[in-house]
Amino acid sequence: MGEHVSSNWPARLHVVTGKGGTGKTTVAAALALGLAATGRRTLLVEVESRQGIAQLFEVEPLPYQELRIAQAPGGGEVRALAIDPEEALLEYLDMFYHLGAAGRALRKVGAIDFATTIAPGLRDVLLTGKVKEATTRSQDGKRVYDAVVLDAPPTGRIGRFLNVTAETAKLAKVGPIKNQSEGVSSLLRSPITAVHVVTLLEEMPVQETLDAIAELKALNISVGRIIVNNARPALLAGGKVTKAELKRGLAEAGLPTDPTTVNGLATEAKAYLTRRELEESLRGELAEAGQPVIELPLLPGGIDRAALDELASSLMRA
Amino acid sequence: MVPLTEDTPRLDVDGLLADPSTRIIVCCGAGGVGKTTTAAALGVRAAEVHGRRTVVLTIDPARRLAQSMGLSELDNTPRQVKGIDAENGGELHAMMLDMKRTFDEVVQQHTTPQRAAEIFANPFYQAMSSTFSGTQEYMAMEKLGQLRATDEWDLIVVDTPPSRSALDFLDAPARLSRFLDGRMLRLLLAPARSGKSMFSLVTASFGLFSRAVQKVLGAQLLTDLSGFVSALDSMFGGFRHRADETYRILQDPQTAFLLVAAPERDAVREAAYFAERLVAERMPLAGLVLNRMHGSTAGELSAARSEQAAAALAATGEQTMTADALLVHAALMRQAEREVRVAETFTDSFPAVPTVSVTAQPADVHDVDGLRTIGALLVRLGDEA
Repeated sequence: MGEHVSSNWPARLHVVTGKGGTGKTTVAAALALGLAATGRRTLLVEVESRQGIAQLFEVEPLPYQELRIAQAPGGGEVRALAIDPEEALLEYLDMFYHLGAAGRALRKVGAIDFATTIAPGLRDVLLTGKVKEATTRSQDGKRVYDAVVLDAPPTGRIGRFLNVTAETAKLAKVGPIKNQSEGVSSLLRSPITAVHVVTLLEEMPVQETLDAIAELKALNISVGRIIVNNARPALLAGGKVTKAELKRGLAEAGLPTDPTTVNGLATEAKAYLTRRELEESLRGELAEAGQPVIELPLLPGGIDRAALDELASSLMRA
Repeated sequence: MVPLTEDTPRLDVDGLLADPSTRIIVCCGAGGVGKTTTAAALGVRAAEVHGRRTVVLTIDPARRLAQSMGLSELDNTPRQVKGIDAENGGELHAMMLDMKRTFDEVVQQHTTPQRAAEIFANPFYQAMSSTFSGTQEYMAMEKLGQLRATDEWDLIVVDTPPSRSALDFLDAPARLSRFLDGRMLRLLLAPARSGKSMFSLVTASFGLFSRAVQKVLGAQLLTDLSGFVSALDSMFGGFRHRADETYRILQDPQTAFLLVAAPERDAVREAAYFAERLVAERMPLAGLVLNRMHGSTAGELSAARSEQAAAALAATGEQTMTADALLVHAALMRQAEREVRVAETFTDSFPAVPTVSVTAQPADVHDVDGLRTIGALLVRLGDEA
């Protein structure tokens, strides 16, 4: 695949959020696979200690290490990392203060857990700081990753999670944490980053999507695309269902025309139309947000590796 | 409706709501599974059908659902819901949790007005009372404890916060009370002294740690923390006591935990984790509510046969409406089958947990009528399965 495909997803750091239950982990994984298929070395990151990536790819729980999780046909690969805030803090302290064995002792008495819990925002600074480190890391003058995809916290918490400077500024007025959060803050506000919001065509997820986009824009954080997941094919374009016509159709197809079947199908078709009408108006609301919208099809077989690849190519085509 | 495994016991929601010894129902589960709607629907049914004086404590309801229940703002006070049929003598009240205000009230109750003013002015308190991870969960429990203590309600239905993990709801209060207990804080704030008297790796690292924290976060934070700790000093016992008290209420048989899930892998997995945890903590697990299940009333007609017929009709170019209706039916059948498979990952692991599945509604619920419908589905009215 060439430049044309890559230019559809110009950012280097893709942050994927969405209301719980919309499939943001699935979409993040599919996006990582898609980017890898364009030849990019891609890192897929999770930060919520849920091991969602491992479950999706059906592998052992991920350690705090960047491990190859998938190979793309185009030669690219996806590595995955589950960032643990405690490990990130230890790594961080070790980098700056050479704690070594003392750090491990601190973990034993629970001090690390304590420290990542006491300061609101410290946890998020550590998590986003690690994401920034991976996004900007280079080795022998070359970038280690061409793309980083972050399976981020849900829409309800995304603003606070990404607005690290504000959270830490309340407490840390000076020091390395402040510097680190400022570095993260400018990365998130640069064209290197795009925050994509995953939604379903349902009221609550759409509402939260619009709220999150407004919140992120107010914070000057770069918003990317709205990704509608599980979109169903448009059927019954005529918008009308009559039992008489159904009965004739069923008879022509050689199917039973008993009242249970006819009434059942009519009820289902009407529910489908009600749903579609609602979906149409939700599409309209999403369009008003002014961000590009992509729709991913509902895959009847559920999500396995083949399904992820299919979603990946849908994303890359969009 | 496609039934789950034949031997899965059915959750008797009406029995639970009618039983006067059921005083608290906690709805828990992953985000986005319809916990708030379930909690509200249970409240409506308890009040209207079972004549109970009911209060629903919601954490973060959808705007339109909140409005339909007359909740226009976070005011931390139960408000009577209008449009509830009071024929059986029941009432429904609803409230939205105001986390910060609840925290302020706890502080006021446990200390002198002067101390309380000092605490409120501390920047650390201000940050913590609105953003501390776990504060929302802790305050939900606190509010539950308060509502229960008044003995004013026949039934309290609680909707749990949209946490990172449903388990946070159980863990956060303990974590917060541990934090407020301040042992770790004291060690952190007085590392030099302890370092002199006891020469162990742990205390030595604490000095180091505290210096590191000071470097990383800045001295101002430690000063604020120190002020916060001394101001809260008189309250530690109170906090821990209350957290323990609420935990005991949750273990009491007057409480019923309802797991709420949607037929998606993550949501069902979360429900399974929660079930394990409830069993381990000896908390009363009443059952599982599976929301948004799909089913067909024309279930005799298989997905494969419908698809074949649709293709055959499409080839003739006629009867497109029927062809599409058959495709709608086929998709529904396949979805229902998939949902049952997902749900069975739970019921296979917890065969004894009573379960009820609630049929997906074509449109979202945002009025009392819609809640009534969900309530009827929860007790499977008009369902012969």
